[in-house]
Amino acid sequence: MDVSETIKQTKQQVVLSPNRDFEVRSLDAVCINESELKHPWWYNFKYLVAGLLFGIILVKAEVISWFRIQEMFRLQSFHMYGVMGSAVVTGAISVWLIKKWKIKTIYGEPIRFASKKFNKGNIYGGLLFGFGWAMTGACPGPLFAQIGTGATVIIITLLSAIAGTWTYGYLREKLPH
Amino acid sequence: MSFIDWIRQPWPWYIAGPLIGLMVPVLLITGNKAFGISSSLRHICAACLPANIPYFRYNWKNEIWNLLFVAGIVIGAFITIQFFNDPNPVQVNPRLATELQRYGILDYRGLVPAELFNWNSLFTAKGMLLIIAGGFLVGFGTRYAGGCTSGHAIMGLSNLQLPSLIATASFMAGGFIVANLVLPYILKL
Repeated sequence: MDVSETIKQTKQQVVLSPNRDFEVRSLDAVCINESELKHPWWYNFKYLVAGLLFGIILVKAEVISWFRIQEMFRLQSFHMYGVMGSAVVTGAISVWLIKKWKIKTIYGEPIRFASKKFNKGNIYGGLLFGFGWAMTGACPGPLFAQIGTGATVIIITLLSAIAGTWTYGYLREKLPH
Repeated sequence: MSFIDWIRQPWPWYIAGPLIGLMVPVLLITGNKAFGISSSLRHICAACLPANIPYFRYNWKNEIWNLLFVAGIVIGAFITIQFFNDPNPVQVNPRLATELQRYGILDYRGLVPAELFNWNSLFTAKGMLLIIAGGFLVGFGTRYAGGCTSGHAIMGLSNLQLPSLIATASFMAGGFIVANLVLPYILKL
């Protein structure tokens, strides 16, 4: 059989394969853009590299420093606001350009965005996370980075955060949303 | 100044911020992934202890990229400390230094104050509150809010989502309340 014919058939198969986790992710993620292509698992290693670069940036920018977080919440430094503000501007321009030029992924899939629905959890959960952020000086990404820098006791903070996530999953139906 | 010396300095916000923002298109273009880190905690629950809870009953293996991403963060932070570490203590606002001095916090070498976050302090009331209760609030709050600083404040705001703006404002409000009104009492313990 012709090679291009085989590729065409394979493409049809992967595109038609059902996306069963769609509902789960739509409850939770900002963008429900799980790739529908089936790749070998080691294709995911590029995200390890992306995470590695992100880890370097987090440490060098000092945004994972407990002290910088305290400065931010006391309005004593512009640093964190500058980082967050310029990150959002860069991200927003990128998203705008992706939409405008209909940029595709490196595998040729269209990039999709889903809008997020408001629920009261955005406020209640947001406040609770803010409490924890000021105490630990870390949001989830920085927790991983702090462990990498050798602050081994932060493993306990991370385990507590996992316990918190589990407790949320357990109580989810009873909480106001 | 050699390249190594140059890269060892702390990066200013106008370098670090845009680089963080670029994670959004990088993840979208490499495979349609939405930048967000707190979901990794949910995938860990789903993988290790789903306990038949509907919220954790999904195929976490489809989200393995997210777990590799956070593993990358750990490795990246390790590499930075080993090879590109700035030997100088973090330069903070003198007003913060004066305030923290009152609670015996004088060590600015690490990313977290060594006086508060160490294995021995874990068995004190102060350490338990900061490490265990603080961590619990981070995990519970981010999932309740549907995202954290990366998913809401960066990815969500980049996509101009109003719920993300509300969530981000709530993160900041919560942080301001605890840092200014509650933390002084915890540090006094």
